Order: sequence, then structure tokens, then C-alpha cells
Amino acid sequence: MDLVNLAAATLRISTPLLMVGMAGLLSYQVGLINIALEGMMLGGAFAGVVIGYELGSTWLGVLGAALIGAVLGALFALAVITLRANLIVSGLALNFLAVGGTAYLMDILYDQSGTLAPQGLQKLPTVQLPLIHDIPTVGRILSGHSPLVYVSWVLVPLTAIFLYRTVVGGHIRAVGEHAEAARTAGISVRRMQYLALILGGAMCGLAGAHLSLGDLPLFRERMTNDRGFIALAAVYFAAARPGWTALACLLFGFFEALQFRLQLQKTSIPNEFLQMLPYLMVVLALVVISARKEWRKGW
Amino acid sequence: MTYLRMTGITKYYPGVVANDGVDFEVEEGEIHALVGENGAGKSTLMKILYGMEKADAGQIYLRGELVHIPNPQAAIRLGIDMVHQHFELVPSMTVAENVALGHEPRRGLFVDRAAMIERVRALSEQFGLRVDPAAVVADLSVGEQQRVEILKLLYRDARLLILDEPSAVLTPQEVDDLFAVLRRLVAEGRTAILITHKLREVMAVCDRATVLRRGRVVGTVRVSETQPETIARMMVGRELEVVRRTTAQPPGEPVLVVHNLHVRDDRDLPAVRGVSFTVHAGEIVGLAGVEGNGQRELVDALVGLRAVESGEVVLAHQPVTEAGNRRRRALGMAIIPEDRTRQGLSAPSTLTENLVATRYHRPPFSRGGVLALRPMRLFAQQAIRQFDIRVRGPNVRVRTLSGGNAQKVVVARELAETPRVLIAAQPTRGLDVGATQFVHEELLRLRQVGTGILLISADLDELLALADRLLVIFEGQLVGEMTPETATRERLGLLMAGRGVAAELERVAQG
Repeated sequence: MDLVNLAAATLRISTPLLMVGMAGLLSYQVGLINIALEGMMLGGAFAGVVIGYELGSTWLGVLGAALIGAVLGALFALAVITLRANLIVSGLALNFLAVGGTAYLMDILYDQSGTLAPQGLQKLPTVQLPLIHDIPTVGRILSGHSPLVYVSWVLVPLTAIFLYRTVVGGHIRAVGEHAEAARTAGISVRRMQYLALILGGAMCGLAGAHLSLGDLPLFRERMTNDRGFIALAAVYFAAARPGWTALACLLFGFFEALQFRLQLQKTSIPNEFLQMLPYLMVVLALVVISARKEWRKGW
Repeated sequence: MTYLRMTGITKYYPGVVANDGVDFEVEEGEIHALVGENGAGKSTLMKILYGMEKADAGQIYLRGELVHIPNPQAAIRLGIDMVHQHFELVPSMTVAENVALGHEPRRGLFVDRAAMIERVRALSEQFGLRVDPAAVVADLSVGEQQRVEILKLLYRDARLLILDEPSAVLTPQEVDDLFAVLRRLVAEGRTAILITHKLREVMAVCDRATVLRRGRVVGTVRVSETQPETIARMMVGRELEVVRRTTAQPPGEPVLVVHNLHVRDDRDLPAVRGVSFTVHAGEIVGLAGVEGNGQRELVDALVGLRAVESGEVVLAHQPVTEAGNRRRRALGMAIIPEDRTRQGLSAPSTLTENLVATRYHRPPFSRGGVLALRPMRLFAQQAIRQFDIRVRGPNVRVRTLSGGNAQKVVVARELAETPRVLIAAQPTRGLDVGATQFVHEELLRLRQVGTGILLISADLDELLALADRLLVIFEGQLVGEMTPETATRERLGLLMAGRGVAAELERVAQG
């Protein structure tokens, strides 16, 4: 098996998970279970292709995807914070809306069903990292990806710095952990929740853009394929710590890349089992992490 | 100089008047105690001052100027700040982060951590509030957490500090520390309001005390010129609602025997310390005492909701010291709990569900583990008629009932089948005159048919009117026993305030 190829694939596959993971982490930190990540990502993926094609610029497509993601985040916030709709039901509704809405728009705007691959839309250019590109093995792993891959790498430490070093980030954490404490300290709980959901929506939009513009410039129905929920699981298992959440996402990406390659190798293991592998490993790894932590605490 | 003046403050909750034309004044640089039993309206008054509740009527003047306080932020801007009974701290954050929360020193977008820690450290040293600014709040003791709360107020430069029952969760040593800090704060010109129902604290640290009872101001006294028993008497009231007393009958067999009971409270401190008494069939034994002297723990232990440290409880000749609540109920115990909204009723459930909550598991309400709805409804309808509960029907949610009606639901459930023993804890707290009378009549009716009743009340009038025998509890010990005929308010007040205990013991010894 080509290990270099496997490592590079891991990074590509992990990218949307990292972005959505950070989005889920933000909503977790304001005390909201965001199951609408999936829908925001799908909306972003669609918007990326449509806006990129209509405006004739893939980069504007990426920007549009983030914008649409943010709008969906704001919509979700409006429903659950201002209108006090049930969090889970609203999240489900937004996910359905995204699935149905993208299929519907694809039909009426482009008379297409299933897949939308507009003529002339370019995928994002690959980035050749200076210096690193020329290092033999490392260069082939790290360099030559879509720019959004690198954005996702930056996003993780940025989220950590935002949450743990900035004034607003501290307010967000206070709101999520003890809203009453934040309120009595004069912090607007609603404002922080809106902020977290809108920022998260934009990140989901970017993740969607990576799916629809990063590799092949096309949108497929339900192309997000439950990544929003996997990222959410990573957030919960990692108790919303940015580093651990990212690690869980990377781990999932690795096993996903691995199982693809194992399937191609035609092993005697049924494909269905191979497809289970990433999920199984993430759960296992996180159980080990949490068990170690508990053990160190001394029961 | 008058710092704060609240006039004509009135606040209604559905079915309850929490504050009824309250006039309240605090002078600059004093520690002012706001005392009264639970439900007297202290917390409501302070929540109005802090902008957490809106008064239905009344004005607030600060240094003679009319102010409008729509929310806590407005109060904080005016220099009014509050330490809540339940701390408002973020456990995973450090002391400094909690203290500065919402008012962090900034460097651009970022928190200036060095400045923040330095400022908190300086404050902590200046006021002797020992706590490490870098420590995580989750690791702190309750006493330290309270210091963090006070630091929060000082960080925001509060001039008027409201402390809501600050000693409720502290050890005696921590209470002393707290009072030392309070004295230091007022010495440098700040003003403090201390909400409490503990006389010892009022006497120890306060300059003046205002007593509230049933939403009204009973009076304001200067502590140095007042005896604690006077305040105790003000707290428990003097206006007498006439109750038709039936003549005492010879007491029957003992139905509840408590022997040398020791119980610890939630902080694992001794709360009930060697209590012994007997309740006979057909008598009402009244337990008098200022709240927080072990009554709650005693009741919890009697009804099987709190483990006993040592001692014995015998119910209808059966030892039940270790028994759970259901076993005790099966032996004929009924309970009117002190906190009807949290312990006595399930607010989101229906009237019917609440009425069968203690008997749904046996026939006719349960048939082979399946609930029988028809008998339940019939039972509820019967109870509604018998106890005159004013509702539209048995499927109304209890949440929608007024205080008096809700208490009738509790009473109906507990008294539907005549119990052998009734533990009634503060059964008329917060009720209007009509509902109070209803409860009193029910207690007397039960006594007539031979139920042994332990009545725990903070209301002396109620005790004097109903009880055949009075016990006085102080700091977890019974310090006196008397009949209503020999009891005087003065003697009760003295005992409740922990005074004259020695004298009383002497009297008891001499027979």
C-alpha cells in the first residue's frame, strides 16, 4: 500500500471534519447541541457550486459558501434562541430543508437531478507549499492540496486561541458552562449564542465548499454524507477541547482513507465491515482517552 | 445619612403577596440585617433592588435620588451588587477569570491576563479575602468560592453589597472570616445588607435589623439596643387568627417515638443532636424554633429521606429507623412537606397524578402493574369535593394552581385516608387567611379522630392555637417543653433565641 498516498488522503478527508468539528465545538461551548451542522455544510456545498459557476469564480464560490453557511447559522439561531423552538427539532428541520432545498433548487435552476457539475466551473487550485514541496516524502504528503486543507489546519489553533485567550471567547465559554453566572456578570447570553452559531455556520459553509470545489467541481445530493454528525461525535467525545476534537477528526480521516484502500485491495473482509472501521476506531480511541483520564483521576 | 430608601414596594405572585407596601431604609456604612422566616419576602425585596424582579408598585431612592433598576446591569452600574445564595461561578475557569468576567482588562481583542491576575490579587490582599487568583474554581471549597463571589463585587466596585444568606453553606470558622471581611468593607465606607434568619449573625455583625413577616415590615431595630428574643418574636409574629380549639382529650397510645436521634446536615455537620420525644394518638405536638435549628433535618429523618447517624424512630410500634419512605407510609405516616412546590407536588403533572402519587402502586389504582385510570379519576373527583379544591377538573396541571389550592392538593393527598401519624412541616407558610384556616381545621379534625400530629411551624400563633404540647428546638436540641397554657411568648422567644437554656433546664430538673 502506498503510505504517502494514504497520509495525503487522510489530510484531504479530514479537512471538512476539522472545519465542522470546530463549528460544533463553538455551539457546544455556548451550550447548544448543534445537529444542524450537516445541513449548513450541505447548503454551503451547493452554494459554492452555484455561486462559483454563476459569478465565474471558484473563489467567490468559496466565499458564497461561507456566507450561506453563516446565514443558515443565523436562521437556526433565530429559531432556537429568539423564537425558542426546540433545538433538536429545529436542527432536524434545517437538515431536511438543506437536503430537499438543494435538490429542489438544482431542479428548477438547472433542470438537473442527482448531480450538478456545471460546465466551465474550475476546482480550487492546488497549493505548492514553498520549501516543503521539495522535501521528498514530506512534500508529497503535506504539499499540493486544495487551499481549504490548509485553512482547516489554521482554523484549529485559531479556534483555541479565540476561545481561551480573547475576551469574547471567554464570554462564550462562560455562557455555555454557567449561563446564569454570565448573565449576572452583565454578558448577553443571546448575543454569544448567536455569534457562536453564525461563526459555526460559516465554518460549515467552508467545509461544504471543500467538498464541492476542492477536488471535483460538482455538487451531489446528500454529498456531505453524515460528516456533520461524525464531527459532532468527535466534539462530544473530546469534551469540546479543540486539540482533542481535531485529533479525533484526523483519526477518523485516517481510517476512512485506509478503508478505501483496503476495499481496493480486495481483501477477504467484506466491504461493509471495512466501512465500519473508521467509526469503530474513533469510538475505541476516544474511550481509551477518556478511560485514561478517569483512571488518572483515581476513581 | 440614608443611602438607600425603598418605599411602598409591593410585589404579587399568583395567589401570594410577596411584598406588601414595604418601606425599607439603609444608612451609609452600616451592615443592615434583613431578617424573617423563609417566605417572608426578604429575597423578593432584594431581587427587586437588584433588578431581577419588577415591583408592582413602589419606588427606590439611592442617596435621595429616585432610581430605576430594570436589570442587574443597571444595579451594578449604580454600585448595587449581590452575592447570590447559589453561587454564580463558572467552575472550569480560574478565580481571576470569574472575578473579572464581563469586565476583563483588554489588550485589543485579548484578555490582559497579567493585569487581570494582578488586580484580583491586589483586591484579595487588600480585603483579606485569601484565595489564589490562578486556582480553578471547581477545586475550591465552598468558603473560598464565596470569597470569589465577594471579590467579584469588589472588582466591580460595588458600594452597596447584598448578601443572600451567605452563611447557609459555610462552616462556623468560615462564617467568622466572612464577618471579619464584612466589617472591613463597611469600615472603608461601603454598605451591606445581610439577608438571614439566624439571630446569632444579626447580633454578631449587624448594626440594624429590619424584620419582615408575611411580606410586611414588622419593624426596624438597632441591634445594640435590642435583645435577640425581641427579634425572634418579631419574626414569628403576634397577630392572632382565632382558631376554634376543641377541648383536649386524654392522649392515646404512643404512635411516634423518637429516641436520642442524631442527624447530620448536607455539610456533614451535626444538625439534630440527641432529640427524644413521643407523639401520642390524638394529640398535636408543636415544634417551635427559629428556622435552621435542625427542623429540616429532623423532618427528613422522620419521613425516611435522610440517613440517621444514631438513635431510634418507632412508628406505630414498629422500628423504622432504617426504613424508607414507602414503608413508613404503609405504616400510616402522612407528610405535609415544608416545600410544597419542590417536595410536595409535581408541578407539571395533573391534579389526579399528584393525588395518587403516594398510592398509585397499590389497588385499586394499580392492577397487576397497570394503572387503573377510572379509579384514579373517581378518587380525584372525591378529593376535589371533600377538600374543596377550586379547579376546573381533575386533569388540570398543578402548576396552574394558586398557593392555597396547591397546598389543598397536598393536604388532600396526605389526609385522604386517615393517617396514624402526620408530620406537618410549615403547613400554612405563604397561604392566605382562608387557606390557613382550612389547614388548621383539617389538623384539628384529624386530632379528633386519633391521629398523632407533629406540627413544625415558624409561626408561634399557629403553635399556641393548635398544639397540645410545645417543644422548643435550638441548635438541634430540644431546649424546652410546655403546654400552651403555661407557654408565654416571652418564654418561647427566650428559648428560641438560645437564651435561658440553663434556667429552663433547671426548671425541668426541679420538675
